[in-house]
Order: sequence, then C-alpha cells, then structure tokens
Amino acid sequence: MRDIRYVFIAVFIFCYSMYVSISYAEAADISLHGFFQENYSFDVRASNPDGGDFKLAEERLQLKLEASKDPFHLFVKADGWYDHIDQKWDSALREGYADYTSAKWDARIGRQIITWGLGDLIFINDVFPKDYEAFFSGRPLEYLKKGVDGAKVGIYPGFASFELVAVPFFTPNTFPSPNRFWMFDPMPGVTNREEVKPAVTLGNTEFAVRAYREIAGFDAAIYFYRGFFRQPSMMPDNPLMPTRLTLFFPKLSVYGASAQGRALDGVISLEAGYYESREDRGGTNPMIPNSQTRFLIGYQRQMWEDFTIGLQYYVEYMHNYSAYVSNLPDDFPKDPRYYDLTSVRLTQFLVHQTLKLSFFAFYSPAVGDYILNPEIKYNFTDHIWAAVGSNIFGGGNQASQFGQFAKDDNVYVQLRYEF
Amino acid sequence: MRKLLFGVAVVLLLSHNVFAMTADEAMRKSQAAFLYPGKDFKARVLMKLISEGGQERVREMTMLRKNYGPPGGEQKYFIYFFRPVDVKDMTFMVYKYPGRDADRWLFVPALNMVRRIAARDKYSSFVGSDFTYEDVSGRDLAEDTHAMVREDKYNGKECYIVKSTPKAADMEYSYKLSWIDKTDFLPLKEEYYDKRGELYKVFTADEIKTVKGFPTVIKRTMKNLQSRHMTQVTYLKTDYNIGIEDSLFSERFLKQPPRKWIE
Repeated sequence: MRDIRYVFIAVFIFCYSMYVSISYAEAADISLHGFFQENYSFDVRASNPDGGDFKLAEERLQLKLEASKDPFHLFVKADGWYDHIDQKWDSALREGYADYTSAKWDARIGRQIITWGLGDLIFINDVFPKDYEAFFSGRPLEYLKKGVDGAKVGIYPGFASFELVAVPFFTPNTFPSPNRFWMFDPMPGVTNREEVKPAVTLGNTEFAVRAYREIAGFDAAIYFYRGFFRQPSMMPDNPLMPTRLTLFFPKLSVYGASAQGRALDGVISLEAGYYESREDRGGTNPMIPNSQTRFLIGYQRQMWEDFTIGLQYYVEYMHNYSAYVSNLPDDFPKDPRYYDLTSVRLTQFLVHQTLKLSFFAFYSPAVGDYILNPEIKYNFTDHIWAAVGSNIFGGGNQASQFGQFAKDDNVYVQLRYEF
Repeated sequence: MRKLLFGVAVVLLLSHNVFAMTADEAMRKSQAAFLYPGKDFKARVLMKLISEGGQERVREMTMLRKNYGPPGGEQKYFIYFFRPVDVKDMTFMVYKYPGRDADRWLFVPALNMVRRIAARDKYSSFVGSDFTYEDVSGRDLAEDTHAMVREDKYNGKECYIVKSTPKAADMEYSYKLSWIDKTDFLPLKEEYYDKRGELYKVFTADEIKTVKGFPTVIKRTMKNLQSRHMTQVTYLKTDYNIGIEDSLFSERFLKQPPRKWIE
C-alpha cells in the first residue's frame, strides 16, 4: 500500500508543478480544484462481522486538474485517503483522460465515468461498473460510479448522435466487503477463492453503443452492449465437495431502449433491456445468471416550490425459469420468475436551496425487502457542506438484495470543504 | 336603451384612449426589450444572494440565449456554472415555449450524467435566489390581464405603470405593478403584492447600459421584504448577435461546453 501512497504524492506533485508552471503562461487553460472530506459511518444495529463498529471512517483529499488547449482537453481526478478502519493510506485515480473535439465527432481516451439510461439507482442500460459498498455505507452518491479504462467516440451526423465505447480492461463492480457487512454467502464453508477477470484480449474487449435523438418531444435512445456481467459467478472445483471457488464474470450482451419526456405535468421515463446470458443460453447452469428482460417506468414531478417527488417501478423477468428451477441445488435460495422493485424519492430544498431534506426508498413487492435512506444536507457556505443520513435495510430473507443487510443499518456523516 | 348603450361604448372607448398606449402593448414591447433583444445573447452573470444578516453566497455563470421566432416566441437557454465550486462545470439547458412549461436538462459532471428535470416555472427559485425561473426567462403575457394604472416618473424617467393580474389563482402573488420606461420599454421597477394585498417583493433595474444598440439592464436587484433576503445580479460581460449555433443546445455540448461560448 505504501507505494500507492507514493503514486498519489507523485501525482499531486506533478499536478501542482504543472499548475504552477503553466498557469503563468496560460491562466485560462489550467484549473486545479478539489476537496477535503471527512466521511464516517457507524453501525446502529450490530457490530461488523470483524467486530468493528464503523462501516467507514476516513479523511480524503481529491484533486481535479484540468488543462485545455483546443482541440485537446486533459482531465485528472485523483483521490488519496486515510482509512481508520484498516489503518492505512490509499489512493485511486478516479478519472484520467484526454479529449479530442472536432465539429462532427469527438473522442475521450482513458479512465472515464460513463452513465447511460434513465433509472434513479436502477440500471438497465447503464452497464458500466458500480461501487455498491460506497452506496450502502454512506459515501456521497458520485462514489457509486466507477470509471472504465477505455475509449469513447462520439459521432454527431445531425439526424442522430452516437456514442461508441471500447473497454479492453475489465472493471468489476465493487460489493460490500465481508469484514464490514453481514451478507449472504451461498458457500460460506469454502474460503479458498480466486477471482479471475476476463483476460485482456481483443475478443474480450467490451463494446457498447448508444444512439440517441429527439422523437416527438421525447429523448429517445437505443443501446447495445457486449461484454461481461460485473457481478462474479462462483464456479466450485467439485460440485459435491467444493474446496475451492473460482469467481468469474460470465459473458453478457444487452440490447435496450429508453425514452424520456414531459407528460402529466412532470417527466416520464421508460427503459427496457434484454440481458442475454451468453454462457448459459439454456438457463441450465445454476451458477450463471439466466437471460432476463428488464423494464422500468419512472415519473418525476415538482409538487410545490423546491419539492420534487420521483417514483419508479422496475421489473425483471427470468427466461428459462423451469430450467433454472430444475437445476438449482437444493440448499440454494430460489429467485422468483418475476422480480420487481419500486422506489420513491422525495426532495425538499429550503433556505434558498442551501438545506436539502431527502428521502429515498427501495421496496421489492416480489421479495418484500427494502432499503430506506433519509438524508439532511446543508451548505454552510459556498465552500463547506455537511450531510447526515442513514441506510436502513430489512424485510425479505437472508439472501435477498436488501434483506441480507438487515444487520448493517448505519448512520453516516459527510463533511466536505471544496476549493 | 340604444342611447344608453352608445353612451357606455363611448365611455369605454374614451377610458381606453386616455393613454396613448394600451397596457398589453406596453407589456409586449417591454418583453421584447427586456427578454428578447438580438438574435442571440451572452452574459457572464454574477449573482449575489444576501441574507438578512449580510451573509453572501455567490453564483457565477455564463448564460447564453437564442431566439427562435419573434418576441414572445420560443427561446433556448444554455447556462454554465463557474461558482460555487461544488457545482463548477455543471450545465443547464432550457427550451422555453410560449403557453406551456419548458423542457429542462441538467448535466451533473461528477456522474457524467444528463437528466431531464421536472420543474415548474411558477414555483421555482432560480438557483436558490429571489428570482424565479419566470423572472429570469419571462412569463407568458397571456397568463395575466394587464391594465394601465397611470403614467409617472421613476428616477427621472417617464414611465407607464401597468398592473398585471394572474388569471390563474395558483400564483404566489395576487398582482404585480411594473414601471416601464416610455423610451426603451425596459422595466425599471416591479412591485409584487401578496394575497393580502401587501407589497412583499421588489425588483429594480439598477444600471442600464447600451450594448450593440440594445439597452440592457446590467445590474438588477430582487428584494424580498418579508424574509429580508435579496439577490443582486450583475452582468460582467454582455454581448448580442454573436452567432450561437443551434447545435450548442444539445446533450453533446451540455457534457462538453465549448470554451469559446462559456468564457
């Protein structure tokens, strides 16, 4: 870990020296911003599996360096932090890319965050990596998204716009760590595990395409993705007496569409996708997800001054359900054929939009589990804000998406100084 | 009976002709002068939100506007935020239509995400200031009935004073008085009266400068007399007819605002 720390310091020194040396020559083209942040999250129901009482305890510095010289643009966003739970320094390059822009097309190469689709915390055509631990433990929302290491090309011929993405280096989702979260494990006895990411080859390069334009006042888009599930599947070395598990990422293609526009005095969103599980087309392998069709409808409306409500209904349908059921090992929890999820988001701004009260909840009618997330955020000045909130899980069963975290309820604090 | 009707008609005609200009006409000219001058428009805007205790919060942005059609018609707005730092690089786009709610999109840089937002002009404060969206981009004139109250001087300038009463009952104010300069038709002052008929919000045009032949309010204040909060807006740079392309108002440029337009 120590060398990571040096990498961060080196990045900082590089950024700073670049900033100092270039800012004199071309002040308008270079900017350095960032923040210092305290982020704590306390357990309020039970201690962690490893005995600790914090999901999160850290101080973090983020630096954002931008440099522009038409037609090029460089952007680096790097974090360095001290984790009080593991008692160590760490760092990460959140984003780091170069842009080239011309009249009819542009390109972005490097680590970049890409957000597609219309869902509010529900992802159908946003096939890019997420950090769910960040979300469940009370980090600011932006930490839910992880960058991809690849290239994106935008093409704008007029009749529609296109984004083409190629990602040679696979990034999995980040899930809550078993030291800090109580959660379901289908094979807790097998601790010998190895995660195998797809090899970096041309054939394994992820491709994603999005085409979008306005149709009858709606923002319409179609999507395609060819790559991998970002949640690993477990392959035991011996199905009857497993001693070792290989965590791997099965092949996936997604075909989808979305539309969003004004309706019923608000904004309505529709999104759908077909998830083709390419390594288990028949649905007979219980270790690999079956193919699915996913659908989302969302509605957002401002009810009165600075108060907005957002509602969503999401459903996923498992194809080859009978094959799934007949091949599922006896002691494994069974997923329903139709899994659905509802959400509500309430947001009220007060005191000239410096105080924000928000409430977000997921509830699954099919499974009966939920997560509740109330939060208060206040901007003390134009540079300092703080947020206090809570993540409360429950319902369902010990294997369901939110029910498994029933002992992980937490209260979090975020305090940030931005510069 | 016929005589009586004739008499009423004459009185009505006379009362309308007391002023050389009708209230509707004055408001139409004022809207054209205040919100629609030029084919397009760009300003670097500094907005100070000042609380009763004197605490200041600053919003700084570049605002670009392009007209589609005559005054009172469609417009597109593009706004890029410089300050506060937690919203730096955020962009905001509005397609404004006469007679119905606007389409709005927001770009959130930390998530690299463009979203439509549900907001209604009438109830929405613009970035937490004392100005509503309607104050910034205008209100459909057909939504009010306008009556000429009198002519008077304001800061030494001859003005029409027009009373505008919303036809719908769901507005925050019951009526508004506007002091409209007889020469250039800019609103020099507006008074907003609440449901009890008490004055609670005052707009003043504090400094006017002619840019490329268009008289422009480059300093304005909106004061809320009840909360004692006020917002001062200064245009640091202003320009007209700069040839903003239609393509600017798109998702592509919300995500990557061209520097030539935002600086």
